[in-house]
Amino acid sequence: MDVILFLIFAAIAVICGVNVVAQTHPISSAISLIGVMGSLAVLYLLLGAEFLAAAQVIVYAGAIMVLFVFTIMLLNAGAEVRRGRSWIAQLLGLPLLFAFLGLMAYFVQQLFPSAAMVHFGGFRGGTPLDVGRALFTQFLLPFEVVSVLILIAILGAVVLARKELE
Amino acid sequence: MHGVPLSWYLILSAVLFALGVSGFILRRSVITVFMSIELMLNAVNLSFITFSYQWKQVNGHIFSFFVMVVAAAEAAVGLAIILTVFKNRATLNIDDVSSMKD
Repeated sequence: MDVILFLIFAAIAVICGVNVVAQTHPISSAISLIGVMGSLAVLYLLLGAEFLAAAQVIVYAGAIMVLFVFTIMLLNAGAEVRRGRSWIAQLLGLPLLFAFLGLMAYFVQQLFPSAAMVHFGGFRGGTPLDVGRALFTQFLLPFEVVSVLILIAILGAVVLARKELE
Repeated sequence: MHGVPLSWYLILSAVLFALGVSGFILRRSVITVFMSIELMLNAVNLSFITFSYQWKQVNGHIFSFFVMVVAAAEAAVGLAIILTVFKNRATLNIDDVSSMKD
């Protein structure tokens, strides 16, 4: 059951990921990216990260992608103009990508031989209770710093996007 | 007992990261480049949570949470910058916004 669920949602994630890169229209890329994020939320759930699966759906697939789609609509972004690329990029790009992936897969297999198996329910430390306890005790300072970061980001966005006053 | 090998999750994360890198390099629309960055951040989050499962600790979840927060802040500021650039240059193609290169 674990394997079937993993394979289904990994396939959805990879197909949507390829679609993000391959589509020429930004809105198609955005919809594909939502697919990637949704399937990743299911994988987080399989890994026992309940809080983060919910946060992934709410923050990423909800808030951030709405921001993206809103910007695409606002700027009326059309399909990308295709331009010629250098012949080196055309010739070597795809083989180098696959070589990189093969190398990564080899290293991962060598570093983590299939001793550890992931079962649904094998790790129960990802509930909101545990995450909150770690966040407000051990990681309290980073949490406060990150709230200041959010404040700065809000101010920056408002300053950048406002109308220029003559 | 059946289960998924941990390395499969890491390989999936590597695949998504490589897709994000290729999108970042290949695409010319600034919004798509930005979405490729989000794809890379998601791939890294998957790695964090996978390692969190392996060591049976919640620390990876916390890191992943912080990555999400930073991604949200980055998206807000980045899209505001894109808006400003579009207002001044009327283009979304990153080849046309190269005055810092010259």
